[in-house]
Amino acid sequence: MAKLTIADLKKIKEDHHQGLREGGFRAKITVHMGTCGIAAGARPIMNTIMEELAKSNLKDVAITTSGCAGLCSKEPMATVELAGEPPVKYISLTEEKMRKIFSEHVVGGKPVPEYALVVGHETTY
Amino acid sequence: METTYRSNIMICAGTGCVANGSLKVKTALETELIKRNLQNEVKIVLTGCNGFCAKGPVMVVYPEDIFYQLVKPEDVPHLVEEHFIKGRPVQKFLYTPPAQKDTIPVMNEIPFFKHQVLRALRNRSLIDAEKIEEYIARDGYMAAAKALTEMTPEQIVTDMKRSGLRGRGGAGFLTGLKWELCARVPGEIKYILCNGDEGDPGAFMDRSIMEADPHSVLEGMIIAAKAINAHYGYIYVRAEYPLAVHRLQLAIEQAKENGLLGNDILGSGFDLDLEIYQGAGAFVCGEETALMASIEGKRGMPRAKPPFPAVKGLWQRPSVLNNVETFANIPPIILNGADWFASIGSEKSKGTKVFALSGALNNIGLVEVPMGIPLKTVIYDIGGGVKNNRKFKAVQMGGPSGGCIPSSLIDTPVDYENINKTGAIMGSGGMVVMDETTCMPAMAKFFLEFTEDESCGKCVPCRIGNKTLLAILTRITNGEGREGDIELLLDLSQQIKDTSLCGLGQTSPNPVLTTIKYFRDEYEAHIKEHRCPARVCTPLVKFVVDQAKCKKCGQCFKACPAGALKWEKGQVAYIDPEKCTKCKSCIKACRFWSID
Repeated sequence: MAKLTIADLKKIKEDHHQGLREGGFRAKITVHMGTCGIAAGARPIMNTIMEELAKSNLKDVAITTSGCAGLCSKEPMATVELAGEPPVKYISLTEEKMRKIFSEHVVGGKPVPEYALVVGHETTY
Repeated sequence: METTYRSNIMICAGTGCVANGSLKVKTALETELIKRNLQNEVKIVLTGCNGFCAKGPVMVVYPEDIFYQLVKPEDVPHLVEEHFIKGRPVQKFLYTPPAQKDTIPVMNEIPFFKHQVLRALRNRSLIDAEKIEEYIARDGYMAAAKALTEMTPEQIVTDMKRSGLRGRGGAGFLTGLKWELCARVPGEIKYILCNGDEGDPGAFMDRSIMEADPHSVLEGMIIAAKAINAHYGYIYVRAEYPLAVHRLQLAIEQAKENGLLGNDILGSGFDLDLEIYQGAGAFVCGEETALMASIEGKRGMPRAKPPFPAVKGLWQRPSVLNNVETFANIPPIILNGADWFASIGSEKSKGTKVFALSGALNNIGLVEVPMGIPLKTVIYDIGGGVKNNRKFKAVQMGGPSGGCIPSSLIDTPVDYENINKTGAIMGSGGMVVMDETTCMPAMAKFFLEFTEDESCGKCVPCRIGNKTLLAILTRITNGEGREGDIELLLDLSQQIKDTSLCGLGQTSPNPVLTTIKYFRDEYEAHIKEHRCPARVCTPLVKFVVDQAKCKKCGQCFKACPAGALKWEKGQVAYIDPEKCTKCKSCIKACRFWSID
């Protein structure tokens, strides 16, 4: 490997994503992965989120899973929480819808009301 | 572009957790994640010591900061399914504080972690010790960059002096002053040396730092080298620390490959080469002049000072030797400033100190606390109190060179000045907690056996004095103590302290002096009454049940492996002297001190 410069040190720091080991995330996406969610296609939704996250290069977004939310008929579902704002539960997701939610809500900060079930329900943190 | 993961599992791969099987847990996790097709979403990271060694193997899962303890390989499928698929922490592996019912899932809410302030251990459970980019991602080598390109040696020394950092090896000498003394000595060739010869029984602070964050030690050494203008250095590590040696070696290779060691570091024009020197494990080689003699290929024996190493050290050249923890403290001081460092701690002891908690505590492990914290907080809040509901008796600080602090002084603030006042020393950070089942003369004898064994033999007071101290302690614990032995111990101890050549002999009588100071009654019981109050010294135990104290519970009967105990429900126990092997199982089992 070539000799590093101080600029290289900073670049390594930027590029090396440590997966929010210090906490303090700005956004959190929870994919509901109970049996119902998985059967309805939660896995492709999760994959889509992971792809979008990698593309966006964001380092302040936490992705997590949870069990059945109780609304099995509306699966696949995901909840997006931005720090300091009420969580938004999205229902009957497709990969397309998830991409739009990611870019508009997670990146842009504006919820997508047409896919949302409810705003300001439960929080997980 | 690296893969983006949604979750990081930080598995402790410190020596303690590896011994408890953490690497097997890691393999099981890898297999299970692949089986569940989660290998591109969940990353497994092997870290250095997490600190909570009592609960190993331990792991922390981010971003949720969930702390899992006592995980076995066979538990892994359940854990992966619950946590990574269904997204709920697994109750079974969460921590429950002693005598409480509810679990605490989040690591930083657990009392053991909550009261700690991490500076030397700033990367604990956060990085993979074997990957340099993990260290760089947490500001690694930025302090070295600043010191090499923006600061003069004088500025570095001034900052270090202002910070108030004192040597963490035990003596507590002001680090900045040590550097200044060496920097002022003229000389083309100087050496920067790191003391990793941690030898106190029950101490594992430096080992844990070398294993968990080896680059922080290298970075501290680069900064020190610039301050004194040294271009060559050694890290002296005992060969009994193979994992520390391995990780340091790897770190040095990575640093060299990346131009962070060698010629023209970070394009600054400054050169530094570092090498590991493995010691054979002699305790005396932790003494600076003996350590240097050892590197020179001579017998590890100390020499008289002055000349001090800052003037004539390794190969007769000006040298600075600092301890592992001292070096680990340096990068954040350069990066955040002296005032930041001095903002916590007490008047003359700034910053934090790492301690290895061991002995009769619930939460044994590695902790870092602000200087000046009451001893009580360390033992009860962080340490979780004494095991098995026994009473706290004393804590031995500073290993064989230190002394014991009795329960009456439990409010003592932990800093250099206040610990010295008790007769113990801060030392390098060993804290061995003892409960009421410890016999203090026997404890002093244990440490004297160690120092007598480790004395290099060069000077008479240490070689013969310690042997004599041990002989007196041996006869006291054998029930053959004589009138006047206590005075003899005190007199001889003082002479050994005053006349020994190096720190080993100058401190070796401390365990004797402090145990007499605080537990003189135990010595008197041994000598005058031929009685060991803690029932430890076998020749002084009668193995007779005290009829008045016996609660007829039968615990001794159940514990006896020799069939010497006679007991029936509702009856006082009786020990058959014909069959008794004096193994003391009954004494350990009895909660009422009713066996004499």
